[in-house]
Amino acid sequence: MSVQLSVDGRRVDVNVDPRTTLLDLLRERLDVIAPKKGCDHGQCGSCTVLLDGRRHLTCLALAVAQDGAEIVTAEGLAGGPDGEHDLHAMQRAFLEHDGYQCGYCTPGQICSAVGMLAELADGHPSHVSPDLTAAPKATDEEIRERMSGNLCRCGAYVGILAAIRQSAQASA
Amino acid sequence: MEHREGALGKDALTLWLVQSTIARGRVLDVDAEAALAHPGVVSVLDHTNAPILGQGVDEPDLELMVLQSTEVRFRGQVVAAVLAESAEAAREGAALVRVSYAEQDAEVEFGPDTTLEIPDKVNPDYDATSDDGDVDAALAQAEVVVDQTYRTPYEHNNPLEPHATTALWDGERLRLVEASQGPYAVASSLAPLLGLDVADVVVTSPYVGGGFGSKGMAHAPAMTAALAAITAPRRPVRLAVTRQQMFALTGYRTRTVSHFRLGARPDGVLVAIDHDVVEQTSRWKEFAEQTATSTRTMYAAENRRTVHRLARLDVAVPSFMRAPGEMPGMFAHEVAMDELAVACGVDPIVLRERNEPTVDPETGKPFSRRRLVECLQRGAELFDWAERPDDARSRADGVWWVGTGVASSTYPAKVMPANQATVTSCEAGEYRVEVGAVDIGTGSRTAMKQIAADALGVDPSCVQLEMADSSIGPATVAGGSSGTASWGAAVVAAAQLFRADHGDSPDPGLQTTASAADIPAAEDHALHSFGAIFAEVRVHRWTGELRVPRLLGVFSAGRIVNPVLARSQFYGGLIMGLSSGLHEDSYRDPRFGHVVTQDLASYHVAAHADIGDVRAEWLDEEDFVVSPMGTRGLGEIGIVGTAAAIANAAFHATGVRVRSLPVTADSFVS
Amino acid sequence: MRPFAYHRPADPAEAVALVAADPAASFLGGGTNLVDHLKLGVTRPGTLVDVTGLGLDTVEQTDASLRIGTNVRNSDLAAHPALRAGWPAVSRALLAGASGQIRNQATTGGNLLQRTRCVYFQDVTTPCNKRESGSGCSAIGGYGRYNAVLGASGQCVATHPSDLAVALAALDAVVVVLGPDGERRIPATELHRLPEEHPEHDTTLRHGELITAVELPSSPLAARSTYQKARDRASYAFALVSAAVGLDLDEDGTVRDVRIAWGGVAHKPWRATRAEDALRGEQPTEDAVRAAVDIELTGANTDDQSAYKLPMVRATTTYAVHRLLEGSR
Ligand SMILES: Cc1cc2nc3c(=O)[nH]c(=O)nc-3n(C[C@H](O)[C@H](O)[C@H](O)COP(=O)(O)OP(=O)(O)OC[C@H]3O[C@@H](n4cnc5c(N)ncnc54)[C@H](O)[C@@H]3O)c2cc1C
Ligand code: SF4
Ligand code: FES
Ligand code: FES
Repeated sequence: MSVQLSVDGRRVDVNVDPRTTLLDLLRERLDVIAPKKGCDHGQCGSCTVLLDGRRHLTCLALAVAQDGAEIVTAEGLAGGPDGEHDLHAMQRAFLEHDGYQCGYCTPGQICSAVGMLAELADGHPSHVSPDLTAAPKATDEEIRERMSGNLCRCGAYVGILAAIRQSAQASA
Repeated sequence: MEHREGALGKDALTLWLVQSTIARGRVLDVDAEAALAHPGVVSVLDHTNAPILGQGVDEPDLELMVLQSTEVRFRGQVVAAVLAESAEAAREGAALVRVSYAEQDAEVEFGPDTTLEIPDKVNPDYDATSDDGDVDAALAQAEVVVDQTYRTPYEHNNPLEPHATTALWDGERLRLVEASQGPYAVASSLAPLLGLDVADVVVTSPYVGGGFGSKGMAHAPAMTAALAAITAPRRPVRLAVTRQQMFALTGYRTRTVSHFRLGARPDGVLVAIDHDVVEQTSRWKEFAEQTATSTRTMYAAENRRTVHRLARLDVAVPSFMRAPGEMPGMFAHEVAMDELAVACGVDPIVLRERNEPTVDPETGKPFSRRRLVECLQRGAELFDWAERPDDARSRADGVWWVGTGVASSTYPAKVMPANQATVTSCEAGEYRVEVGAVDIGTGSRTAMKQIAADALGVDPSCVQLEMADSSIGPATVAGGSSGTASWGAAVVAAAQLFRADHGDSPDPGLQTTASAADIPAAEDHALHSFGAIFAEVRVHRWTGELRVPRLLGVFSAGRIVNPVLARSQFYGGLIMGLSSGLHEDSYRDPRFGHVVTQDLASYHVAAHADIGDVRAEWLDEEDFVVSPMGTRGLGEIGIVGTAAAIANAAFHATGVRVRSLPVTADSFVS
Repeated sequence: MRPFAYHRPADPAEAVALVAADPAASFLGGGTNLVDHLKLGVTRPGTLVDVTGLGLDTVEQTDASLRIGTNVRNSDLAAHPALRAGWPAVSRALLAGASGQIRNQATTGGNLLQRTRCVYFQDVTTPCNKRESGSGCSAIGGYGRYNAVLGASGQCVATHPSDLAVALAALDAVVVVLGPDGERRIPATELHRLPEEHPEHDTTLRHGELITAVELPSSPLAARSTYQKARDRASYAFALVSAAVGLDLDEDGTVRDVRIAWGGVAHKPWRATRAEDALRGEQPTEDAVRAAVDIELTGANTDDQSAYKLPMVRATTTYAVHRLLEGSR
């Protein structure tokens, strides 16, 4: 079946097997390898991208069901594969605070962090928000809870938190 | 494994593994008809058509003898593999393969009735037993005795990047891009079985998404990819092991049952230490975790005994997982020490100070450095230990019981021989440095560059580093906290020899290859790192759920070459230790023989929300007895003792002693 | 994964017709459970009918209720101001489930119809009556930490994993369903069923019936409600047990009315009506809550691995009441 997508600003029109997940389409067909396959079952967050501006897993999304979607991966946040000079503020913060070790979870962490701060700015509550009806704040506890869908087996959580805290303060 | 870098070309076929659904017996038939009829499926490999392995090899490694016979030795063994034009077709093809078996009785779990054996050696090469003095007599006379059993569960390494191999057979040479901690180790274990020279198996591991021991050696999937590639010449074969398959095929930590007996005087001074471990290996390949070896050097006591007993089971073979031996062994030892502190009414730090040996109790050799007491004292300061109430269950904050706990940590220092490095002068004062190191996330790329630059006396920007390629030559794995020191020693040796041979301003194109020199003093010393782990634990008054708001490690681990990398390793160890303390638990179903909590939703590892304020500090030091860089290795020590510190803190919070991992809410719910 | 046809109808009736006509067809919502199962081989449909293009993605408030379209995503629903104010237990239940990414993807109807997390159900190499009728139940005598302690049968001891469903069961929600024969309204407590002899059926829905909406009645109980979940990890983990509680007190502090439902204990969200009855007219003290819970738990069945669930359901319920009395929701 044919699917049209925007991937990191590039228009893509491909024919896919309906069984193909968005993650496999990106990685295997389009050679967009920033999103990683840590589990293939929604249990780790390493395949996270921004889909129509929201953080989204790609391993549990069928490509055919995403027709028309606009996808931004960690690579796209940086302005494409050669975008080193143009890193997103969140990416710079991860570098500055050593927010990774092996780097495998990192593209997912970064997309998730960007999407998460947007949710916070929109006033979405979380499991740890003491008052459901009040505007949530970017406390450490809130950041940790909201980022819990992104596992880091290397245990780089300390640096990840510091990076996101800095970005949250900068954007507040 | 990322394929943009190190890609072996387009056109790859996808390989999917088919695993046995019995624990022991024989494959009667592999019916591939339906699979082959599925669009996109190219071929199905099984024992009848796979290329033959291990010809002329004595005692081949059975883990790697994939698809060579009908014998099934554990549930989850590779019994077939499907090659297809796409991942979708390969997965469905694998689902359509029908395997029939003749099943035999299998023993897959150990219990009170299991036959146990004392192995010849435990890993890597320690005696399985030790016995000094008269432990039984000392225990019989001891005024205070702690006699308890401690349990650690099966644990799976679960690096976030699953194991993956891309293999290409060009008719003469096999090229593998492999998610590995040791590309040379992979090449040298696969080559003889394939009937190839090591030089004809080229393994590269440019980027590796963590390993924690599970990528330290070649496992069956890598060999399966190699076999499949040989059947499909000139087309790369890609195999991504699924998360679920990793639970059977890429190693794990054995369950351990440690019976500990500590005998002491009323002031807590130990007179006897007895550590009896029961653990398991597979019936068909031995892996004997060195669970009690740290007990031999940890504390002074006249009478000391350790023994490892192995159950040989029809299961997947266990393998290395971060701090193999020390992690489960020190959990038992350090909880037992906490129990002794409580029994004697002595502060846990004071107790450890009172049992500090002057020389290695096991060998009588002096320690190159032993600064455990300093670590404990520095940690006590940083953690406000002085404020701690003596009694358990005496502090609450809102709905939480609050407690703190401490445990010692240790890990042996090793420099692995058999590494070589090559230095070549280039244009404009630059040098190419080749070493078979690999970077699995520890930052060894950065560290090697820095070590090479220091040894050559040039700026790091003048060093072009080549690594992660088996064709560079012999190199040991990124594991056992030995990588930086071992590869680094070779780099230092090559750099020094290069300068000696070619001077400070060499012409381009000059080359020196060298291996690490032995350090004679190493023989005469006991070489260990030490640390102290402190945890604050909160236990929910009603539900019993646990949180660890504070975790601190203070380490004496030799020279710190790069503080950023070091801190990251310590954090990573501490957090994995926390994860084992609170979460990790592989449940092997004794009726089936495989682990049924085989994904990241049922095998929990710590998530962001489980982590509080984690801190790591180290003592300034250098240890030139171990390595020419003064380093001792940092990769494992953070995980050792951490689960014990958490269990001890949970006891302090609640008065409830938990002796098996993980420590979960059900022990505290009221 | 078996090859399948994919349809994306724009009209609910068409979606219903497509699935009703084909025994091998399934609805597809956000896919976070179904795609997982396609990969595992737990289910092998020949046709997927994507229902996310049907509209049905608005939340409408009237004086008496809140009507939630089935395609409202879990995160949007949890953040909806009306829900947060009027049905905090529902918002809390959603926020306690899965992860930020999954909640952005998961739909209301899909969440309710997610299937058990029983490890054997997900492992096609082991017998499971729910997956393959008559093959046996591996969870009995196997890994039991998440097993049911109430209402299980000799055929199946699985628990229902949805947090949302528990809050809906407590607060008297109604599930609106469109079938080939028109619309039905099902009380949330009657959407899921106990396993009895047929664990292959999770719910009382018939093949081809589409959830179109969920309606939540407003009430003082709903406005003073909360959700308490105990789990093995601080976040991103299914419930060991959970409790949704709504409380309405008289001026003197006695219980005028109360709603209690539990997750993690049964094949369906367990509405604890006997406990509710015991508490009505009483002071909601810790002892009274515990006693009421124990009445509901008579007849519970546990083994070594699941025994902890009884004290834990007591604890979560007591704590939920404690929080409501303290004024937090
Ligand atoms: C790692 C992980 C952790 C999770 N943790 C939690 C948790 O803690 N708590 C929790 O509650 N959930 C949890 N979930 C489950 C998650 O909430 C569900 O997967 C999700 O809500 C399902 O919604 P969906 O729209 O993606 O459903 P889908 O996967 O699209 O569908 C699920 C089922 O519902 C059917 N269906 C979908 N829509 C309709 C409809 N409108 N009418 C009729 N049938 C329909 C489908 O045919 C399918 O059978 C977790 C999931 C994962 C992967
Ligand atoms: S408990 Fe139910 S779902 Fe689990 S194995 Fe038994 S029948 Fe299957
Ligand atoms: S790969 Fe998608 S969540 Fe793990
Ligand atoms: S950096 Fe390795 S998994 Fe996060």
